[in-house]
Amino acid sequence: MPVTIPKNKYSGAVREVTIGATKAEGGTRTTTVTVGGESTLPFLFHEGAMPHPPRIAVEIADRWPADWSPLLREAWGDAVDDPVAWAKAAEASGADLILLRLTGPVQRGDGSKPTAAEARKVVRAVLGATGLPLMVFGPGIADLDNELLVAVAEEAAGERLVLGVCEDKNYRTIVAAAMAHGHLVDSRTPMDVNLAKQLIILTRDVGLPMDRILMDPSTGALGYGIEYGYSVMERLRLAALNGDSMTQQPMLVTPGEEGWKLKESKVGEGVPASWGNWNERAVTWEVLTSSTLLQSGADIVVLRHPDSITEIKSVIQRLMAPAHNGHS
Amino acid sequence: MALSGLEIYKLLPKTNCKDCGFPTCLAFAMKLAQKQVELAACPHVSEAAQAALSDAAAPPIRLITLSSNGNKLEVGNETVLYRHEKTFFHQPGIFVRVSDDLPLDEIKARTAEVDGYVVDYVGMPLSYDGLAIAYASGNPEQFGDAVKAVCDTTHKLLILIADDPAALKAGLAAADGRTPLLCAANAENWRRVALAAKNAKAPLVVRVDDSDPSTSSEQRLDGLAKLTEDIAKFGVDDLVLDPGVRGFNESLATITHIRRLALKENFRALGYPVITFPGEGATSQLDEVTLAGQQIAKYAGFVVLDHFTEASAYALLVLRANIYTDPQKPIQVEPGVYPINNPGPDSPLMVTTNFSITYFSVANEVESSGLPGWLLVADAEGMSVLTAWAAGKFDAERIAKAVKESGASGKISHKQVILPGHVAVLMGELEEELPGWEIKVGPREAVDLPAFLKM
Ligand code: SF4
Repeated sequence: MPVTIPKNKYSGAVREVTIGATKAEGGTRTTTVTVGGESTLPFLFHEGAMPHPPRIAVEIADRWPADWSPLLREAWGDAVDDPVAWAKAAEASGADLILLRLTGPVQRGDGSKPTAAEARKVVRAVLGATGLPLMVFGPGIADLDNELLVAVAEEAAGERLVLGVCEDKNYRTIVAAAMAHGHLVDSRTPMDVNLAKQLIILTRDVGLPMDRILMDPSTGALGYGIEYGYSVMERLRLAALNGDSMTQQPMLVTPGEEGWKLKESKVGEGVPASWGNWNERAVTWEVLTSSTLLQSGADIVVLRHPDSITEIKSVIQRLMAPAHNGHS
Repeated sequence: MALSGLEIYKLLPKTNCKDCGFPTCLAFAMKLAQKQVELAACPHVSEAAQAALSDAAAPPIRLITLSSNGNKLEVGNETVLYRHEKTFFHQPGIFVRVSDDLPLDEIKARTAEVDGYVVDYVGMPLSYDGLAIAYASGNPEQFGDAVKAVCDTTHKLLILIADDPAALKAGLAAADGRTPLLCAANAENWRRVALAAKNAKAPLVVRVDDSDPSTSSEQRLDGLAKLTEDIAKFGVDDLVLDPGVRGFNESLATITHIRRLALKENFRALGYPVITFPGEGATSQLDEVTLAGQQIAKYAGFVVLDHFTEASAYALLVLRANIYTDPQKPIQVEPGVYPINNPGPDSPLMVTTNFSITYFSVANEVESSGLPGWLLVADAEGMSVLTAWAAGKFDAERIAKAVKESGASGKISHKQVILPGHVAVLMGELEEELPGWEIKVGPREAVDLPAFLKM
């Protein structure tokens, strides 16, 4: 019996979302990044299109976060003490976008609080250092996030930044700031299909256009709940392809953040011998978490280590370019 | 092809005797069509009907078993494309390849490395399944010696990779008492290789080669299906597929086609597990691990690696365990109070959830800190701290209930409880729920606990 390759028929597609604005578009970026548009499951080109490859955002911070792994400091060198140098190094490492993290009191180590004026200054500096589209995430403390991100939104008006993160307990102020100043938001929910949809609906109801919302279903790292994130993303993407409008947002996930906060990545001594080489383990952890989530529909993966960036970039290229024969 | 419920019904006795546990033959037929029951549940089917139905009753992806000195690996029998639809049942076997042209000492050393590797993950010991010995020497006797060297070093499972039947025979003789996977039959050699498999009652890989770049996916799978049909007719039923593609995209697409054909179209000639060789499609060791990871998530039945390192083994084994976890049954631990490092009445009381990954992360950290403590595991329906909190399963009320009902206060002389940093917002409410208690906020991540406890 001859083989006919089965093709799934889908009625929906993921929305396209563009991050960053060039001069002509009211910003200062030299390039913009468009994600989404899929009408197939990831990389299955025989049944639909994937007009834009998944993209890599590289996470940098306004100052070296005290709770980050020393391996990251080793990898980036002195650049981590200067956001401008760090942004340039991230761009050189192959980033498609930059994610600037504003550190909070804990990460600062000295207990100091970031101010709105400082946030404006560092965002301005990073925008000057790189022409890539920018995402800015607050420290993850509701009041502080609101204060800092409102200032950042105003400072970078028209740049089509991604502001994050919006959560169901704290989204109104950030969404309003994005609306007022021409930015996008990252809509984050804890690994649940319905919660992800709900927050998209709430954000839309405030009035932000759908092409300015990234869906961040969040994930666990490898070994720490990746299977939940993986399946939630797979279900969201299948729902999107089957026409459920409120799931049709491109998905952003943060395997770098998840992977690098673990003992596997942070600690080199006093761990079981079967865990192997520290650096290899940490990079493999970030890479495998990312590559697995690319299979479940990630449109943007946020990474931290230069070796992970190189590997994931190369993997995406090959996933996007099927050769005719089997050899890669 | 799969039979519909009505087609199956026509073959049943139609007596509605209920011996199968269903009210009517039709109801039973419907369940059978959905593969939710076994034909054997009806004791009255005629032999003729049984033959006609066996095709419809067989699992869409054949179960393949390897064995060795009491070790057993079962692969196949999968029923879904996405793990959320039900679960993935049989984890892919992971093997490390050694070549027979290496010195025997080195073969033994590499085997011992794989053999001795075991890593603990949430209380489960994880390890690779075996060794794949590749025929590169051109000398069947040397292949036999290499297989013997491996067998002398490990009780793990074997794959014998040789397209020369003489080498396979030498390998099988050296692997006496084990059932290895033989690899591989192709369009040229299949009669002789299949004979060796038949005599040894060993499962066999069927391979189409990828030398012609103009081959379409259809042609490739057509060739593979034709070969498996011929070999099955010849009398070897336990087959494994190697569609001959190696790169990231081709591997994903082709293995997905095979899985869908087997499950959705009940395409028998491709209803077998798939074997992959990620090292042949990779540019570096990290790249091999990445491709292997893709294949573990997307439907491989056997994965043969060319490299072994502890760090990569740890990562791949954890990924395999995660992807094959039953989504309907989150891995949980019993709620209650757990003593760590012989705590006394003045040791700290820390609260967390009963999601096993959370529990083990926290417990491991407290243990490695060397400091005694009581770990109070609250029933959060098997969710992690953040997820449970967002879902309302780890709120002040539940935590207070855990504190009161666990018997924790009988074990300690103080009234202090440490809350995970991620739920610091619960502090106020918890103070109201637990009058007289002092609520302290711990770190967000388990890894920061030792430093916190030492403060
Ligand atoms: S046991 Fe067989 S004959 Fe009896 S009701 Fe069930 S299917 Fe029909």
